[in-house]
Amino acid sequence: MLHYHLLNQLEKIGANNMSNRISIIYDRVRWEEKELFSAFEAKNIPFSKYDAKSLVLRSDDSNESIHSSFGSSILQRCISHYRGMLIAHYLESKNCLVVNSSNTSRICGNKFLSTLQFEESDIKTPLTLFSFSDKSAEDSVEELGYPSVLKPIVGSWGRGVVKLNDKDSAKALIEMRYNDDGLFSKIFYIQQHINRPPRDIRTVVVGDEVVGAEYRYSSNDDWRTNFSLGAKVEECPITKDLEEIVLKASKSVGGGILGVDLMESEDGFLVHEINNNVEFKGVSKFTKENIAYKIVDYVDNISKR
Amino acid sequence: MEQKCQDCDATMKILDDVVVGEIISCPDCGNEFEVSKIDSNNVTLSPAESVGEDWGE
Repeated sequence: MLHYHLLNQLEKIGANNMSNRISIIYDRVRWEEKELFSAFEAKNIPFSKYDAKSLVLRSDDSNESIHSSFGSSILQRCISHYRGMLIAHYLESKNCLVVNSSNTSRICGNKFLSTLQFEESDIKTPLTLFSFSDKSAEDSVEELGYPSVLKPIVGSWGRGVVKLNDKDSAKALIEMRYNDDGLFSKIFYIQQHINRPPRDIRTVVVGDEVVGAEYRYSSNDDWRTNFSLGAKVEECPITKDLEEIVLKASKSVGGGILGVDLMESEDGFLVHEINNNVEFKGVSKFTKENIAYKIVDYVDNISKR
Repeated sequence: MEQKCQDCDATMKILDDVVVGEIISCPDCGNEFEVSKIDSNNVTLSPAESVGEDWGE
């Protein structure tokens, strides 16, 4: 039986949603979610919208009950990693197909697990040292040398990513993190600094296709290349080499709708991150085809299988 | 459409194609509000969630 919150939510979005086979779950409507809503409408594909913040999910709900409200296929677009991953787990336990899957979300939402997956799948990635106290973190930096890069294992948009330029600043930044009471502040993910052009590459994958790619140039006052930090973007050609590596990386985490980020090192492309809840506004400037349409078609096709 | 910022009273412009769940930022103080309801031409705003440690792409 559905909880009253869910029924209220269904009422708000229209009773006809009860029979839709596709849902989209989100917790913040960004440019991308608006594009996705419009794409479903433009393609005349009935879908239901759920704000994750309004959901109350019952452990004892039957698969049939969940299917009748969410459909059998769900596009998961939560900005909160744990919220989205746990909702995906819940829906999968009720025999729903979730894009991206909870397992893909688990790996991509955690840099520690992503790096392990890249190594296991023989995908070139920057050398990373993991340590679990301030002292061992300092040892890790000494081993990698300066500069090296300290990243939080969870989070995005370049938040908390710092370049450790020398011993004094490294010690201070490690101490600050270690004394923070954040859930992951005593887990240190320290990565080799890659000698690369002042840019990285963001690619967007939908299923088996790389639908777009862009160079992201760091701004004048920041070494990081995140679009959200003001990076300038430029079209990146999707070469055979790039496509092969991106699709291999995507497959290694289970595939779906992903943002694969790479750096151009002296030894070729290195994959440093895969985004499970990819923002594609920047890349859209350089694609002939509408990325939201591609995503909607992908979800529609798999929902019919 | 227009709404007053609940914190600093500045005027926030809201586009016609606004949808429930969308975030409106105050141009003056930067506070964020989430569109919680749309009734004809009336938009109800609630304080938006603050950025969480696990937020991202």
